[in-house]
Amino acid sequence: MPIRRRDFLTLAGAATLAGSLPRLAHSADSVYDLERFGNARILHITDTHAQLKPVFFREPSVNLGIGSMQGNPPHLVGKAFLDRFGIRPDSADAYAFTCIEFEKGAQRFGKLGGFAHLKTLVDRLRGDVGAGRSLLLDGGDLWQGTGLANVMQGADMVDASNLLGIDAMTGHWEFTYGEKTLRSNLERFKGEFLAQNVFLTEEAAFNDAKAFDPASGRVFKPATIKEIGGRRVAVIGQAFPYVPIAHPKRFTPDWKFGIRDEELQKLVDGLRNNDKVDAVILLSHNGMDVDLKLASRVTGIDVILGGHTHDAVPQPIAVTNPGGVTLVTNAGSNGKFLAVLDLDIGKGKVANVRYRLLPVFSELLKPDPAMQGLIDKTRAPHAGDWVDKIASADRLLYRRGNFSGSMDQLICDALRSELDTEIALSPGFRWGTTTLAGQPLTMEDVLAQTAVTYPETYVATMTGAQIKDVLEDVCDNLFNTDPYYQQGGDMVRLGGLAYACTPAEGVGKRISELTLDNGNPLQAAKSYKVAGWASVNEQTGTPVWDVVAKHLKSGKPPNRSAPGVTLKGVEGNPGISKQA
Amino acid sequence: MTRTDNGFSATRRLVLQGAGAVALVGLGNLPFGLTQAFAANDKYPEEAFKQKTEADAIKSLYGRTAEASDKVKMDAPEIAENGAVVPVSVSTTLADVTSISFLVAENPVALVASYKIPAGTMPNVANRIKMAKTSNVIVVVEAGGKLYSATKEVKVTVGGCGG
Repeated sequence: MPIRRRDFLTLAGAATLAGSLPRLAHSADSVYDLERFGNARILHITDTHAQLKPVFFREPSVNLGIGSMQGNPPHLVGKAFLDRFGIRPDSADAYAFTCIEFEKGAQRFGKLGGFAHLKTLVDRLRGDVGAGRSLLLDGGDLWQGTGLANVMQGADMVDASNLLGIDAMTGHWEFTYGEKTLRSNLERFKGEFLAQNVFLTEEAAFNDAKAFDPASGRVFKPATIKEIGGRRVAVIGQAFPYVPIAHPKRFTPDWKFGIRDEELQKLVDGLRNNDKVDAVILLSHNGMDVDLKLASRVTGIDVILGGHTHDAVPQPIAVTNPGGVTLVTNAGSNGKFLAVLDLDIGKGKVANVRYRLLPVFSELLKPDPAMQGLIDKTRAPHAGDWVDKIASADRLLYRRGNFSGSMDQLICDALRSELDTEIALSPGFRWGTTTLAGQPLTMEDVLAQTAVTYPETYVATMTGAQIKDVLEDVCDNLFNTDPYYQQGGDMVRLGGLAYACTPAEGVGKRISELTLDNGNPLQAAKSYKVAGWASVNEQTGTPVWDVVAKHLKSGKPPNRSAPGVTLKGVEGNPGISKQA
Repeated sequence: MTRTDNGFSATRRLVLQGAGAVALVGLGNLPFGLTQAFAANDKYPEEAFKQKTEADAIKSLYGRTAEASDKVKMDAPEIAENGAVVPVSVSTTLADVTSISFLVAENPVALVASYKIPAGTMPNVANRIKMAKTSNVIVVVEAGGKLYSATKEVKVTVGGCGG
């Protein structure tokens, strides 16, 4: 009798309890041997952030849901997450999906992801179902996130995407290379780039700017129809709705975005009624809360394959709407997971569904030689300068979390120290890998936290009131009780300033008790010197990665007394874990 | 805006939007010619354009209050890409529409624009409005002598920090 995946993981957990702490058994067969189901297999990756090599990535210990989102996926962390999804503590899955005992798990189960390992798994799962019965979809943030992707403006990732066999994708950070570079990348991309929610501005339309459909103003193809398993499956692309707000507008001056669920509804209706498709998939970069709301309003979508918020959710969430039920998923980040959606599609209807979010345990998968060769070749001219150790990690360095992470603390320390300011701000990005305590930190690691097309640092004079306004604004983007008003990032990180936050309050009332490092309260009318990076306004300072590297090389003692964020009114919220 | 399923060409829609923009520009510093145009049809509603709250502005403009109606369809972004030019459009299936007005509750002056709709005109107006900060945007449609409205919050943010 073949050992099924769940059994294997149980066995691994049991062995651990015996005290021997074994590494993963080298039997990918048992973990990745999926029972055949249905007639169409859709594989989904998202938010890999160009991590071509296997990574450590610690999932958050704080991912709060407020209002109706409280206590519901994806706003569960730690033990509450394990309980909700029936994952055994101490198992490989517990390591992959949660922050619990991360460093211990990292020793036992190793890194996850890597495109050569992903390629092996993708090929295997596509091979299992045979030709013409599968699709590989990517939800965006595929071409940004490493020094290599940044210096090559995503071109390296186009090659990797082609070799991986991505049939269709949508985008977010892909847009931050600007239209010219994006278009040249798309010319070389063998799959289809789909986005129903990107339109020409009126000015650009008037000037006959390039568009997929000049009549509607849609810049990109909104959807594609693929025949798989003898059925017609429509895939609609939904790009990140807030590109010109979350990033400098100068990268996409001719395009406007938005959620645009009314246009989406028309598109779905057309695919159903005119094109007579049998299934409709939305490939979304909305973020999970937005997708859950959208699923309650837009009818006719069978499954939303979601990304952006980097939530690794093992099971789809079923959302009822006037037309039936839509399943909503989110497939994690940084190449850690491969989602497998097996569909049993009948005429005009999905009869049944099976979904698995498989952690890509690098140690269980033999790297695909062709992909490994491509990665080595692409890295060779650039990576030489980046592999030397510039410091050792003095503690576990990670980013993900609603309010703070040790890596961002390091970045804030570097900004304050090198740019000589009292306060530092660092954006609440959700990408960026994890470095274990004692491991060497290289320039490549620093770039994996900072590689954006607008890395310039700045020093600004801001009043206390202005600083509070910025914090309130970003906090509302995170905790607005209506997901359509959220943008999906985490809270801006602070150096030199502690504060209290009441997430359940309204905008303007969440932030209080702003206190400087010296213990003095931040005064509304007083001016302060503030350093930062990744501003949506154009800046000219030294790129942040050089500032961080310089700080690390200086050998200044690390600052472990990070200014705290005191959370209020979150008692009992399962989006916060004490077991970090 | 971008839809052409109402049978009009995209070019025609652009012309209409252009007209809306001109009317808006006129509000800050109303040129003499435009005042004359208003005057020819109706008196310029000077008092309404001085009111601080949307309720007072509607009262001043129409002398009545509006009731919310799902027959008034407003298209506005959830989060503005640029608070200085927020695209807001309205269409309605209501019959006998005589005017359409746009208000921003949190602006220093609530009433942004008011359009007279001549008989036989499609009740469909798109314009861009300037918003000081996050606010409810209200559109009021006068039809058959009654007032109907739709409201949507549009967020104006400093931006940055996307995932």
